[in-house]
Amino acid sequence: MWIWLHKFASPPHFYRLAGKLVPWFGWSAFVLIVAALFGGLVLAPPDYQQGDAFRIIYVHAPSAWMSLFVYVVMALASAIGLIWRIKLAHAVAASCAPIGASFTFAALATGALWGQPMWGTWWVWDARLTSELILLFLYLGYIALRASIDDLQRADRASAVLALVGVVNVPIIHYSVVWWNTLHQPATVTKMAAPSISTSMLIPLLIMIVGFTLFFVALLLVRVRGEVLRRERSAGWIREVMA
Amino acid sequence: MSLSHFLSMGGYAAFVWPAYAVTLIVLIVNVFAARASYRRALEEARRRLQMSELAG
Repeated sequence: MWIWLHKFASPPHFYRLAGKLVPWFGWSAFVLIVAALFGGLVLAPPDYQQGDAFRIIYVHAPSAWMSLFVYVVMALASAIGLIWRIKLAHAVAASCAPIGASFTFAALATGALWGQPMWGTWWVWDARLTSELILLFLYLGYIALRASIDDLQRADRASAVLALVGVVNVPIIHYSVVWWNTLHQPATVTKMAAPSISTSMLIPLLIMIVGFTLFFVALLLVRVRGEVLRRERSAGWIREVMA
Repeated sequence: MSLSHFLSMGGYAAFVWPAYAVTLIVLIVNVFAARASYRRALEEARRRLQMSELAG
């Protein structure tokens, strides 16, 4: 197990493997997202309360899910990087930030476009929306902190600490609709009881979430390959992969 | 179901389509940004390699 892990985390091995995996993740994500678009926009019936406006869920919920999922990956990678001093883990964390920030922006923007027809307002300072906005600032702060430190090793360590401090925000976002009685509707899918959504509406949503997750993995692999190159000092294998 | 009926989104077209457009743009920008980041790293690594060969 340890030998396998060591081999996997070795930069040249990871660089080559990731390069091979990118098209697989990328294209399966593409197929799933197109299928989910068709299911969500055409096959799913309109909601009995929200009409066709509910279809925003197919882009809003997966974006919001990714905004949290990417942060958890970033925080876990940061912890691994800090504890075991694995460069690859820091490379993963650094690669997560711009992707996570973009999904957080998408979640906020699509949320505003859903809020206006349903609540009559683009924005409200309720717990869910505010904590999601703080998530965006955490991502941006992380990116700014990295950009302000020239030495890569120091940037890795400092930004990892920030990522770990910010992880307290994740459960706050997730449970905000439970802890505070807010304007935002409660969870649709991740309830202990059966999800409060009919199957023909639920299936496109689940496909979209899987598609977004695979898409994230493809993006992550591309970026981590670059970050691995940035952290590499022994020129031997780089000369090999570039030849 | 007609196309115009589909496009009207039950009167919510002004909210549904921008939401899909924003998300699609975010997805596409991500693809190009990730590629650009990788290419930049590759270019930097190539330059460092040349420098070290010149020095050595």
